[in-house]
Amino acid sequence: MPDPLLSVHDFSIVYDVDPPVEAVKNVTLELQRGEILGLAGESGCGKTTLAYGLQRLLRAPAVITSGSVTFHDASGVDIDVNALDIEEMRRFRWDKISMVFQGAMNALNPVTTIGAQLDDVFQVHRPDLNRRERRAACEELLELVAVGRERIRSYPHELSGGMRQRVMIAMALALRPQLMVMDEPTTALDVLVQREILRQISQLRHEFGFSVIFITHDLPLLLEISDRIAVMRNGEIIELAPARELWEQPQHEYTKTLLASFPRLTGERGVLVR
Amino acid sequence: MTTPLNLTRPASAGSPETATLRSPAASIPPKEKTFLSQLASSFAMFRNPKSLTGLVILGVFVAVALLGDVLAPYGALEKDFTALRQAPSWAHLLGTTHMGEDILSQIIYGTRGVLIVGFLAGIIGTAIAVVMGVVAGYTRGWRSESLSAITNVFLVIPGLPLIIIVASQFENPPLILIAAVLAATGWAWGARVLRAQTMSLRNRDFIQAARANGEPLHRIILVEMLPNLMAIIASSFVGTVTAAVLGLTTLAFIGVIPITNLNWGTILFWAQQNGAFPDFWWWYIPAGLCIAILGVALSLINFGIDEYVNPRLRSAGERARAMKKKGLDINETMTIVRTMTKTSTPSKQEGPK
Amino acid sequence: MKIPVRFIASRSAFYLFTAFAAITINFFLPRMMAGDPVTAYMQRNAGQITPEAERSLRILFGLDQDSSVWEQYSDYWQLLFSGDLGRSFSNGLAPVGDVISSALPWTLGLVGIATIVSFVLGTATGALIGWRRGSKADVIVPISTFFSTVPYFWLGLIAIAVFSSTLGWFPASHAYDKGSSPEFTADFIGQVIAHGALPAITIVIASLGGWILGMRNMMLTVLDEDYITVAQAKGMPNRRVLWNYAARNAMLPQLSSFALSIGFIVGGTIVMEMVFSYPGIGKLLLDATTAKDYPLMQGVFLIITMAVLCANILADVAYAILDPRTRQTEA
Repeated sequence: MPDPLLSVHDFSIVYDVDPPVEAVKNVTLELQRGEILGLAGESGCGKTTLAYGLQRLLRAPAVITSGSVTFHDASGVDIDVNALDIEEMRRFRWDKISMVFQGAMNALNPVTTIGAQLDDVFQVHRPDLNRRERRAACEELLELVAVGRERIRSYPHELSGGMRQRVMIAMALALRPQLMVMDEPTTALDVLVQREILRQISQLRHEFGFSVIFITHDLPLLLEISDRIAVMRNGEIIELAPARELWEQPQHEYTKTLLASFPRLTGERGVLVR
Repeated sequence: MTTPLNLTRPASAGSPETATLRSPAASIPPKEKTFLSQLASSFAMFRNPKSLTGLVILGVFVAVALLGDVLAPYGALEKDFTALRQAPSWAHLLGTTHMGEDILSQIIYGTRGVLIVGFLAGIIGTAIAVVMGVVAGYTRGWRSESLSAITNVFLVIPGLPLIIIVASQFENPPLILIAAVLAATGWAWGARVLRAQTMSLRNRDFIQAARANGEPLHRIILVEMLPNLMAIIASSFVGTVTAAVLGLTTLAFIGVIPITNLNWGTILFWAQQNGAFPDFWWWYIPAGLCIAILGVALSLINFGIDEYVNPRLRSAGERARAMKKKGLDINETMTIVRTMTKTSTPSKQEGPK
Repeated sequence: MKIPVRFIASRSAFYLFTAFAAITINFFLPRMMAGDPVTAYMQRNAGQITPEAERSLRILFGLDQDSSVWEQYSDYWQLLFSGDLGRSFSNGLAPVGDVISSALPWTLGLVGIATIVSFVLGTATGALIGWRRGSKADVIVPISTFFSTVPYFWLGLIAIAVFSSTLGWFPASHAYDKGSSPEFTADFIGQVIAHGALPAITIVIASLGGWILGMRNMMLTVLDEDYITVAQAKGMPNRRVLWNYAARNAMLPQLSSFALSIGFIVGGTIVMEMVFSYPGIGKLLLDATTAKDYPLMQGVFLIITMAVLCANILADVAYAILDPRTRQTEA
């Protein structure tokens, strides 16, 4: 029985420069509650624009030119994201949809402690919590992602890349959002750390039941962790299928090329065995 | 105030080794180049409206200085005792002093004094800055550290009091000495920025390649590095000239520079000494304005160079205004929803970052 | 909090070296010039100078031809450590130290307050202008640039001509009314504020532009950083993003340039004191120059340099507090 969390219909984003660039073209997809949807494609195909655009995080000259994004909240209310005003949008962000940014990104404010940056989220979105409760919540989050509560007073530069990414995940988890958008969360990390983080993400998802949109150019990785995979090219979703189906019977030529382009280790096609 | 180039210091205060300079995107030179094309490209930093405006104003002042004898209606110290402290008239466009000297002529001749000392100081100061900065940036270890320490000492020691003391030791300090002292206290900013840029250049591929090819050191520095440092050298020159002009006019105003070296500051000195304030406005307003306009011109040149070195500075304002025309606000933190029909053909796809 | 040993050590070494360099410059300056005016002065006033004062003047100005430079140099240091800066010719042979210490508080008050106000105001304005890219507030940039290219003293002269001579809003000169003497009464403090307002405002206006421009440019760079996007995705209100994320990072380079510009600002304010006849260090230096009072000139230069170094140290401390990365303890 389908239980949609996010319905995207005919969604387009244009960068209004000269000449205008159509970065996302008429995307339609439906994300189920608790599902991991992989979004694959080469760099510049519009997958990051799509993910940012869903939360209206893109600044001008980006413009949403068509379509709708509907968020089916757990409370039963449907939220039309494109109709929110700026204050509603601000409250919507992170509370309903949070994000984990690229590992390589300088995503944490370098001059404040990670504790303060976690605390920020509660201060803004949960104003009734008092200082002690917020502190307890922050410590709990850091424990949850195995960073450890004693790190609450650490600065970003004192943590390793993997640790920083865990802190980002903790932050994304803070308000128990229903959807987490992950933009290449493990790309800059070495393979072992990458594995651990992925394991952690799937564990947390099991525990808290949020949906995930997982963006990466690493198709084999997606085949492993996703329920369904969307392949994007030139701003369009050219194929959307359950992971296994996509792997076994890719329909689109481009998907086939993409699958074939990964080096083989076992003599079979692709590198599913990693 | 000299405008420092935009420095990003990620780590510690005052430690220039961590200063990185955003370099122009076009700073990686093609391997083969003619002398002429190189010369042309080394003027690229002036090819923007701000720098051009500044250069034009500066050019006017230079022309006035060169053609002073033709332009000035009277001699600088030519006295007309029948016209004392007169307001501007057709005979004296900017009025006269208490001795009946024509103020316009004084300003025209004063331009010469300002520009000669300013440029002289700029040349000397930039030469010191280039030597100190490039050597400190190219070498490593104690040599680099000690040169940078010397640079920082000169940055920190207050220049003007030192100049005042040195200049006051002389009965009649020659121009070249004044310029040299102004340069000696004004080179340090340039050296600091140049050092940072040289350090970042040193690790670039094309320098590494030249070194691996066994090119001699002087060739690496002169042919490979200097063209890439031209923007910063120019900016350091302009900065030193600005500081020297301010310093010179200040010294003249205080009265530690002999009145034989006529400049705008000297006019203000006389005005102050002879009770021109506040009634005889024509005596003190034009000279001060000239200093300000020359200062603005020099700052404009440097703004242009700054924006050439760090294109973000330019694009921010321009892009914001261009978008405003389309009804977009770059400061809006939420993507705008606008349903419109586009007929144009889709072009190459680009994602954010 | 961890103690940033390495940072403190390297900065202390730098300040000690700078202090040493400034003192050495001060030692050699009169030796490079002719020492004659001092000799001449001493001959003229042979009877009035105590032997002790004469000895210190001889050391300060290198009149002891019979001792080597090294001996003179070590004598000079001893003299400085005992707090003896010689005697001021133009102040009835009063000790230079005393003359300076009566002028120093006025300068510290005027220049210190004006500089800090200018820095805070300029940085905040620059942050706002950088944040609202392309807004109408951008016109502030060229206007304040114009004011910062105008020489301080000229701006001061115009301010006096307009606001005190013509409009009569402010007293034109001195630090307090003629006939009063420094005391802790409301009336006297009121006078000090009335007399200090115009020079202070002039210094602020003249130095504001540099801070606005520097901060604006840094903001433009910082606004492209990833953590700004993240803060926005976190649903932070704009005000919080602007001050806690963007400005908080952009002001670090601003603080460094503050430290480095102090010497420059102090230079400009010296002349300001002359224009306003403000009884501070700067006026003291210029009076000493006119009177060829060499011991006083030397002493003032030394004190100004030390004051600038102290201000630098304060700026460094602020930097270390604001930027955790300087506090790294690893070797």
